[in-house]
Amino acid sequence: MDPFRRRLLTLGLAALLSAAGLLPSADAEPTSIVVASTTSTEQSGLFKHILPLFRETSGIDVKVVALGTGQALEAARRGDADVVLVHDRPAEDKFLAEGFAERRYDVMYNDFVLIGPASDPAGVRGRGVSEAFAKLAASKAAFVSRGDRSGTHSAELRSWKEAGVDLAAVRGSWYRDVGQGMGPALNAASALGAYILADRGTWLAFKNRADLVILVQGDPSLFNPYGVMLVNPDRRSGVKAKRGQAFIDWLVSPEGQQAIAGFKIGGEQLFFPSAGALVTR
Amino acid sequence: MMQTLQEILSRLCSLDRDVLAIAWLSLRVSLTAVGIGLVLGIPLGAFLAVARFPGRGAAVGLLNAFMGLPPVLVGLALYLVLSRSGPLGPLRLLFTPAAMIAAQATLATPLIAALTQQIVADARVHLGEQLCSLGLSAPRQAMAMIYDVRFSLVTAALAAFGRAISEIGAVLVVGGNIDGYTRTMTTAISLETQKGDLSLALALGLVLIGLVLVVNVAVAVLRRHAARVYG
Repeated sequence: MDPFRRRLLTLGLAALLSAAGLLPSADAEPTSIVVASTTSTEQSGLFKHILPLFRETSGIDVKVVALGTGQALEAARRGDADVVLVHDRPAEDKFLAEGFAERRYDVMYNDFVLIGPASDPAGVRGRGVSEAFAKLAASKAAFVSRGDRSGTHSAELRSWKEAGVDLAAVRGSWYRDVGQGMGPALNAASALGAYILADRGTWLAFKNRADLVILVQGDPSLFNPYGVMLVNPDRRSGVKAKRGQAFIDWLVSPEGQQAIAGFKIGGEQLFFPSAGALVTR
Repeated sequence: MMQTLQEILSRLCSLDRDVLAIAWLSLRVSLTAVGIGLVLGIPLGAFLAVARFPGRGAAVGLLNAFMGLPPVLVGLALYLVLSRSGPLGPLRLLFTPAAMIAAQATLATPLIAALTQQIVADARVHLGEQLCSLGLSAPRQAMAMIYDVRFSLVTAALAAFGRAISEIGAVLVVGGNIDGYTRTMTTAISLETQKGDLSLALALGLVLIGLVLVVNVAVAVLRRHAARVYG
């Protein structure tokens, strides 16, 4: 073999071996689970706060894939996640009804807030949700929508409905459907000086606010509950049911609930524990 | 502007071990993908340059078009293949670094093959007649030509590395941007942008550019050294 060929072979072998080093063998990481969750939980920094605590007590490594609620549930349906932690009750109930999970546990809640420019051209400051959204539609002030079938997107669509606004009829260039996660949508709103419905957690952690402020909050219809479900191992083989359930049990335990309550940004609590209510299919 | 710059610099200085781990993962994934791309792409490209068969022109055209494969499409296709409900689901590769390597190798291989084909075809104009007259078979001619243009192929490898380490569409979909496991430089930059922490995102961007620069300088030095010793 000439030296060039030998070198080529060595190079190829090295490449293959280094690839092999990165390949997980069938059960290389038996102690890890995949949790499909929402961008709000990841981008607010909640997981970074609570996962090390869970790992310490259980030794289980939790890998979080942050997606919109719709996409997270879809990934779980395909069997690509062991646990889902999301916030869109109608979509979660559908997931239960389809048999992809057997139980849904209440974990925590936060709330949605209507954000807008401090100058408030549509005059929604301090109003109720229905009134505020009716005013937004009437004023045609710039509004940014997630448009990604996420939990927040669903909440926004519900708010238009409650305000008696037929979105299909009134939407025009003032309604910017960005089709992205909470952070990018907030970036778009701050660049455009637009109104936007956001979850409080992501808003508190968000740094590029420009002149956006909270204009509407505290309305009961802005309640934003999060639920957690173990993907049904009978429907999707390979789901790590024992460890997934251990994670859920910890989340709803006093210890896990305390960890969630202990997550604060600038002294402000982002998520409020709400374990106790259990919904069975 | 000056203030922003200052902020970025101070963020750059305070980058921690997490960032090093992310940079290391990016480097490992992209270099491995390029390695695979070289092993598959160079022989393929060289063979297409020397062989004569019907449909060869179409094959070369297709290869050239594949240089423009959209990363997000490659990511989505691979996601469906690697998903637990997909044909390769039992391998459990989705949301792992291996899946990201597969995605980037898919992007790198046609690029390397197409560039190799062009480099070898150009060199063949000068040298090919000789090889033909020696009566060598196409694979042997390809081997000889690869050896002849080996230093030019470095550029193909660097181009593929540049495409791999800077893409986000594919690694985000098949890797999942999992903290401490599949978070790469590009997905981290995207995440910080989403969080509205633009100065940190820019600082990470500078690290990525630095990384690409270091790899290119290292390769240039190696190449010069090799050209002197073996040229």
